[in-house]
Formats: sequence, structure tokens, C-alpha cells
Amino acid sequence: MIDRKQAPLIIDAVNFDLRLKPYQKFILNNGIEVYTIDAGAEEVILIEWVYAAGNCLEEQNLVAATSNFLLRNGTTKRTAFEINEHFEYFGSYLNRSCSHETASITLHSLSKHIGELLPVVKELLIDSVMPEDELVIYIQNMKQRLKVNLKKSDFIAGRLIDVYLFGEQHPYGRFSSFEAFDALQRDQLLEFYKKYYQQGKPILFVAGKLPPDLENLLNKNFGDLPGIKIKAPEAPIQSFIEKKFRINNDPDGAQGAIRIARPFPNRHHPDFLKAQMLNALFGGFFGSRLMKNIREDKGYTYGIHSYLQNHVQQSAWMISTEAGKEVCEATIEEVYKEMKELREELVKEDELKLVRNYMMGSILGDLDGPFQIIARWKNIILNDLDESYFYNSINTIRTITGEEIRELALKYLQPEQFYELVVV
Amino acid sequence: MIQFEKFTLANGLRVIVHQDLSTPMAVLDIMYDVGARDEDPERTGFAHLFEHLMFGGSVNIPEYDEPLQRAGGENNAYTTNDLTNYYIQLPAENLETAFWLESDRMLSLAFSKKSLDVQRKVVCEEFKEHYLTKPYGDVWHRLRELAYKKHPYRWMTIGKELSHIENAQLEDVKNFFFKYYRPANAIMVVAGNVTTEKIKALAEKWFAEIPSGEKYKRNVPQEPEQNAERRIEVKSNVPLDAFYKCWHMPARLDRRYYITDLLTDILSGGGSSRLYQALVKEKQIFSNIECYHFGSTDAGLLAIEGKLVKGIKIEDAENAVEEQLDKMKNELVSEAELQKVKNKTESMIAFEDMSVMNRANSLAYYELLGDASWINFELEKYGSVTTGDILEESRRIFRKENSNTLYYLSQN
Repeated sequence: MIDRKQAPLIIDAVNFDLRLKPYQKFILNNGIEVYTIDAGAEEVILIEWVYAAGNCLEEQNLVAATSNFLLRNGTTKRTAFEINEHFEYFGSYLNRSCSHETASITLHSLSKHIGELLPVVKELLIDSVMPEDELVIYIQNMKQRLKVNLKKSDFIAGRLIDVYLFGEQHPYGRFSSFEAFDALQRDQLLEFYKKYYQQGKPILFVAGKLPPDLENLLNKNFGDLPGIKIKAPEAPIQSFIEKKFRINNDPDGAQGAIRIARPFPNRHHPDFLKAQMLNALFGGFFGSRLMKNIREDKGYTYGIHSYLQNHVQQSAWMISTEAGKEVCEATIEEVYKEMKELREELVKEDELKLVRNYMMGSILGDLDGPFQIIARWKNIILNDLDESYFYNSINTIRTITGEEIRELALKYLQPEQFYELVVV
Repeated sequence: MIQFEKFTLANGLRVIVHQDLSTPMAVLDIMYDVGARDEDPERTGFAHLFEHLMFGGSVNIPEYDEPLQRAGGENNAYTTNDLTNYYIQLPAENLETAFWLESDRMLSLAFSKKSLDVQRKVVCEEFKEHYLTKPYGDVWHRLRELAYKKHPYRWMTIGKELSHIENAQLEDVKNFFFKYYRPANAIMVVAGNVTTEKIKALAEKWFAEIPSGEKYKRNVPQEPEQNAERRIEVKSNVPLDAFYKCWHMPARLDRRYYITDLLTDILSGGGSSRLYQALVKEKQIFSNIECYHFGSTDAGLLAIEGKLVKGIKIEDAENAVEEQLDKMKNELVSEAELQKVKNKTESMIAFEDMSVMNRANSLAYYELLGDASWINFELEKYGSVTTGDILEESRRIFRKENSNTLYYLSQN
């Protein structure tokens, strides 16, 4: 008979030799940097063009996001429909996304088709015309979507907490409104497109099973793009003085969206990696203290999480949950109790070891596959870091002590430093 | 081509091994042949609540999650109307921890009162978060009840109402476990950096002694053919009028399922799809429109839903949709249009197969449907669909008497 009470022996994940597969880099004729990861068994490829064209660069709200969106909706040679049809015919996905510092165009495709797709991507990057009627439809549909979102307490909470942290004028705090959509003009979009796409210089990230002639193919299509490298400027942060907010959005709401957050330095700060460990322990995974207490013991919520926002200029430490209306205040109280315990009690080595192993296993699992590896590299490169960031983070997971964790908690997990918001 | 090996333990547990030495990880996936369709109509939402209780400790192991996290592993689970699936990913060196945990909870749960009390609340919050507080959140509760009169697909996985979850008793939990969570009713897939030899040994060691249990014989009432159209109208505190319509479609193992799947891609799912191009871009009747189906094992539903542009009458919106469907019923789609959605399907399968977890999950699912090797014939089945099939299937599905329509109107 086997003894089922006895756990099988394990190899501690902290002992794993975790490696981030190095990228291959080459430079196109015009100086465009291309980072590549050649890996995987499936014949698929991902290419991302990243421009300094996020909302940090816009002079008017929503111009960056709208330019990015409409980039695919018409060139002098093709209508939006023809462009969509081309990419879809080859079973590929062409997505775009706009963030704060950067905006991207991402192509997912079977490797065998990229020869047919790259010339059309180029067309979008140099010859997009953003037709007026496309803009009108976009504004109308986005306003409708906003109307629906404004009914959701988690949507409202997500916007407001960023305003408290960064101020309404800062790109991290600025949000959409009906007025901002109505104020959009085609000329401004074209001007933004010209300045940041046509005259800007992208960085390329490529991953998957790569064709042998990739460099030639990219040079042929993108090696003659004009443009210079642009850096996103930093805007002044104006966080709110007042800290506690209760908003009533829906009188019939059954739940409150809770956000508790404080400003936190960016990835270059020496505390950042250590704080990731404290965060994991606090609310960063299913076995965290917040989850165990507030979901698994009290049943106040379906889920509660804490995390450090992925911002370049300045981050924030955020606790986020949706809880029953009648237990929102009790939930907040428990969050502060958990902070107090981390400040006052030294974490036991046994719990710390569990978190170490969990984090290592999770990174190991997360590095599985070319798309995941390039995503890590992209984050490192766009934050002006290098591979030592990855290895330092592994080292921190292995070696951080209980005392260091308590010190960090004393420094950062002080309730009076947190904004507190409930939207019902 | 996805390679695998298969064997069955004496107690009836089916085991599939899929080796991939390119990853340092291993995945252990256990699929139980029970879903919301197996529930008592007076105790809906139970299969899903039960899934939560599977994490509340087993007979010999008080805590499920902790030892797994200690081994560098992660896990999750989901319940659908058809099945319940539990999966673990962990460093391959520590695979035995997964065998230990999964076999103990297949042996027996701890049946803790505290766990039931807490998870009832957690699931109620999940219910509120996803279905009560979200605008339009109750749509599928209503549409399922409208479209199904006999089949248990008439309620959602989360359950018909909060009270069914609130009233769940420990006795129900025990009965459910011993009826459905037996080796004879489960499929285990182990994938990643593993060998069949090792898996055979581990499976014997940890699972062989679990009593087989009686194989559950599903006897679910099938939905009779619908003979007359059904319509309902709801007025609610939502900002926009929304249009929903669904039709009965073939079951998962029917060849016609593949035709229907491609049909939904022709209608929606991309910027060049028919409904989007005609009704969002050209006519500007909808601000968004989608066509999809649920991939159900038994005969399912194909749905079209969209939010109306302010000022458009919902009857006009419905007519505009019907006009597009008439086209599908009267004219062959072009070969190029059909090829487009086939290409899309091909690349979707390639992207899905990148992850070991997805491959493990798919193998379990096809084995549950009948045979894991079917995973390798999907593309061929899609490839054989012709433009004539699409025309014929459109005529069979998009009939008025097969339709269920919901006008979800803004009362403001």
C-alpha cells in the first residue's frame, strides 16, 4: 500500500537553471532594429511593429488610439474591406494596439504566407489615408460601446483609480469621453500618423518558426522606410490629495468594484524586483494571503488580486476585486489587516519557500513557446533594461529573506499611502 | 499530426500520453464525463459548484493547492454544459506530485462543511459578477429557456438561479461525487516532457487501486424539433437596444457540424465577414454584430447578436439580418470565400496546438467524444466542405420555425 498522506519527493524549483533564450538581432538597411526568437514546432510566425506612437505623444485625447485603430481602414490603393479580406484570406490576424508610450501593429500568420502579407503591412505603414467615413463609423460605434461600459462598475473603477494616481491630464490617467470622441478630426489623425508612423521608426519583434530568408524579406519590405527614432516624453504626475472615494453608479448593483492602490516606482528602482516577491505573497497568485483569506476563508469574492502596473514612467501597486455590495467595507478591512500582518510578522520560511517555488515554476511554464519568450524580451527592451533584469529577478526569487520582505512591507504597505475606491 | 499512446487501467480509467520533449514542463489533464446537462432541473449549477469543492481537500490531503505550488505547479479547472476539466502544469521532474494530488481526490474528497459553506458564497459572487451586474448579463439565461424545452441545455452552467446554489447540501455533494467522479467516467491525459513507460508506472501506482465505480449512462432528453418560431421581448435598464436570434444546429459529431462552423465564420468573425461588412460598415445598422455557436456536444445553437445604432428600429435591424441570411440560402458563396474561412481554421488550429496544455485538453476532449485520434482529422473534415454544403445547411438552419428571437430593449 502506498502512503497517500506522504507527498512524493519534489525537486525545489528554486534550483532550476532558468534561462531566457537569447534573441538574435539584426539591423535593416535604414537602421530599424529587429529582435527575433526562432523556436517552436508549429509553422507559425508573429511579427510586431512597435512605434513610439502611444497616448504620451498625442496633443489631444484619443488621437493616438484612433490613428492606431484606423491605420488598417484604407490606403490610396485599397479599401478597409479589401485590406481585411487580404489578411483573412491567408488565415492571418492583423491586430493593432495602442498603449501609453508605444502603439503596435501585430501580425500572426502561418509562416508560409508572410511573403504575401508583408507588402500590405508596408502599405499600411506608409500609405494609410484614414477615410472620413471610416472615422465617422468608428466614433459612432465607440460612443455606443462607451455607453455600455459606463454601466459596469469595474470599468468605472479602473478609470478613476488611474486618475487618482496620475491625474486626469497624465497619459496614464486620461480616459475616453463622448466629448473627446466628438472632437476627433481626420486632419489631426493624419498629422499624428505622419509624424509618428510615416516619419517615425519602428522596432520589430519576430518570433516563431522563422523562414531562412527572413532578413532579406524584411529588408525588401521595410529596409527603405524613412524615419527617425522617437522617444516618448514624460508628463508631470499630479496625483490626488484626497484618498478615499465611494461612488454610486448603479442603484441596483449587487457588487462593488474595489480598487486600492498606491504609486510605486518603475522597473529601474532597486525595490521593484523585491516588491514582486512581496506582491506574490500578498495577492499575486491563487495561494496568496488575500486570496486565501478573502475568497477561500470568507467567501466575499470570486477573486482578489494585487499587482504592479506595467508602466514605463511610474508604476502603481494595485489591489483589485469585485465583492458583494454588503461586504465591500469588510473586504477593505481585511486587505489592511493583511498589510498589517506583513508589516509586523516575519513571514515563515516555509511559506516563503512555497512562493519561491511557485514563482520559478510559473516563469518556467511561461517561457514555453516562442511568442512568450519574445513577449518577455519586448518588455525588457521597451523598458530600457537588459537581460540582467531577468537574471536579477530569478536571483531575487531565490534569495530574498523574510526580513527584507518585512522591511518592504513597512516601507510600502502603509494604508494611509493608498487610494481607496468602491464603485457600486 | 499529434502523436499519442493510449492504455486503460483495470478500473476503467483511460490514460493518454502525448510526448513533447521540447518543453521542460508536464501537463496532467483529467476530464470527467459530467456537465451541467447531467443536473437535476431543481438543482442546477451543481456540476460547477462541485468543481469548486474539488479544491477543498481530499481524503488524505487537507490542502490541494499548496503542495502543488510548492512543486512549482499551477492548476485550474472549468465546467461546461457537457464536461468538467481539471488541469495541472508543472515542471516535469515533479510530475508525481500531480499524480498524488489527482488520484487522492479521485479516491475521495474530504467533504468539508466549511469548504461547502465558503464555495457556495464564492460561486454566488461569481454568478453576480458575470450574470447579474453586467448589462445584458441575463441574455443567455433567457435565450436558453426559450430555445430548449426538454434538453438540459435550457439552463446555464452557472445555474438557473442563486437559490439552487445556496441550497446545496453536503449529502448532494457526496452523491454527486460517487456517481460521476469515478475512474470509469474519467479520461486522463499526460503531456509534455514524459515517457509512456513512466506514466504507466505512475498511473498504476496512484490510480489502479481506486474502485472503478459504475459507468454513468447518460440519459438526457433530446430536444424535439422546433416547429414554430418563438419570440420574446425584454425591457431593461441598458443603454442600447440589442438584437439576439438563435437557431438549432447539429450535434458535435454530425458532419454538418463542420459546415455550420464554417458558416458562422463566413457570416462573422473578421473585418471582411458578411454581417460586419454589410450591417456595421455599409448600412450602419449595428454598432457591432457577431455570429457564433457554442460547440456543444448535443445539438446546439447558432446565434447572431448585435447592438443597434441609436435611432434604428429593431424590426428594421432584424430584416437587415434576414436579408443577409436569404443571400446565404439563395446564392452559393464563392470558392474564394469558402477557402478564406478554411484557411482561417487551419491557422487557428496551428496556433492552438502551439501550447502543450491545449493539445492535452483537446486529446481529452476527442477521447470523451469517442476517440482521441479524431484530433488529427479535423482539418480534413473542414476541407471536405463544399459551397453546396454551405447553401444546403443555410437552408436547413435559417428557417423561421427553427428560430428564437429576443429583442432586448432599452427602457430609457
